[in-house]
Amino acid sequence: MSEFWSWWIIAITLICIFGNFWLLHFTKKTEADECEDGTTGHAYDGIQEYNNPLPKWWLNLFYITLAFGIGYLILFPGLGKFEGTLGWTKENQWEAEVQQAESVYLPLFKQYENTPVTELVNDELAMDMGRRIFLNVCFACHGSDAAGSPGYPNLTDNDWLYGSTPDIIEESITNGRSGQMPPFGQQFNEEQITFLTSYVVSLSGRNAPENEIAKGKALYDTNCVACHGADGKGSHAFGAPNLTDTTWLFGGSRKVIARTIRSGRNGQMPAHKDILGKAKIRLVTAYVYSLSQEKAE
Amino acid sequence: MSMTHDTIEKNIGLMGILTLIVISFGGLAEIVPLFFLEETTKPVKGLKPYTALQMEGRDIYIREGCNTCHSQMVRPFRAETERYGPYSVAGEHVWEHPFLWGSKRTGPDLARVGGRYSDEWHRVHLINPRDVVPESNMPSFPWLAENVLDGELTAKKLSIFKNQFGVPYKDEDIAGAKEAVAGKTELDALVAYLQSLGHAAENRR
Repeated sequence: MSEFWSWWIIAITLICIFGNFWLLHFTKKTEADECEDGTTGHAYDGIQEYNNPLPKWWLNLFYITLAFGIGYLILFPGLGKFEGTLGWTKENQWEAEVQQAESVYLPLFKQYENTPVTELVNDELAMDMGRRIFLNVCFACHGSDAAGSPGYPNLTDNDWLYGSTPDIIEESITNGRSGQMPPFGQQFNEEQITFLTSYVVSLSGRNAPENEIAKGKALYDTNCVACHGADGKGSHAFGAPNLTDTTWLFGGSRKVIARTIRSGRNGQMPAHKDILGKAKIRLVTAYVYSLSQEKAE
Repeated sequence: MSMTHDTIEKNIGLMGILTLIVISFGGLAEIVPLFFLEETTKPVKGLKPYTALQMEGRDIYIREGCNTCHSQMVRPFRAETERYGPYSVAGEHVWEHPFLWGSKRTGPDLARVGGRYSDEWHRVHLINPRDVVPESNMPSFPWLAENVLDGELTAKKLSIFKNQFGVPYKDEDIAGAKEAVAGKTELDALVAYLQSLGHAAENRR
């Protein structure tokens, strides 16, 4: 703030305060008028008006307000560049609030930072904290029940795109994942896409026309094996889904499979290392890990 | 009661003018300096003007009334910075005309939503929020995916922002504006806009 605007604000503020004081002081009336009948002399349709002073308490409220204003401007910032004797600012109020909270909560999180996930799953408090973080941060894609939705993996089953170990889950949360299925719409015509769809459908044990399956397998063997594997079981290294089970990331109907082949898919798991930090990631990892552990047992 | 007071009370025009002068003192001290202070007129470091597509997205955000349920203002309270990210500062908004801070949160604040979710998530979520968040009470906006931008006014919008509000668009930005939004749907534009929100937050202060 420049000197000019600082003085501008100070001048107007003080003019207002002292101007109000002056106005009050010189227009106040402490006693009723000493006319014979005590009225203002106004008469409307025979109704007359007394000219009584403002009640004392009311008048004093005005003075108290002015005094309060002056006191406030001495203690807190308000008069231009003058920072107030308390040194209060929004920023340091926020910082104090954060520090106070961190001194309480940070040790709670920190104590788990280096605890192995396999131990955390048996710690009721840690699980509860992990669950809370999950419900605040992860629910938008994976759902509050962690069962996912089309395009967003179900975390409660025991089917994993990148692997089921705590380390891999933690890596996914920390640095995110980018699951790329390239589009084949340019490369294949619609008929070929139909063949390929039939083959993919047959991999999970469903019925499809035999001749289409054979043609689809030929296309699969030259184009899809690199990621999904010769047996269609997928690859944790690429995050390529297993096509032989009944779990479908984007949907398992013929229509959706054909669309996936045609247009490709681009699955994004955002990185959370800056959002959550190490200790919270460990806790939420443990929570996610625990969800499928119960099923596995 | 002095004679002067009588005069004022009986002359409504004079009273109006005097009232105006009295109440303008508040504005003179509280509002006028904001037009000249560095904190409120200079962009924060790293602030980028909206691209043509983001600008169209912003207009769709306004058209659909997103700002009636979503604020774009993280206040300096721990509860807010914990949930949304760094608190907002004036310098992030100097190129906003009009600003979209909002005053009510039926949905969450969006000032820091950029990069928080994937583009695909936003698409699914805007077309039908309940596909990804079953508890959501946000309305669906399926028409956004069908409406294609014609880009007729895009260049004009950018040039108004440049000439009237001093947003540093280059001539080639304006010349290429129509082409930049060609073939894009309203959904593309809105997602691009949402992903740009809060991009300058890391350079704050």
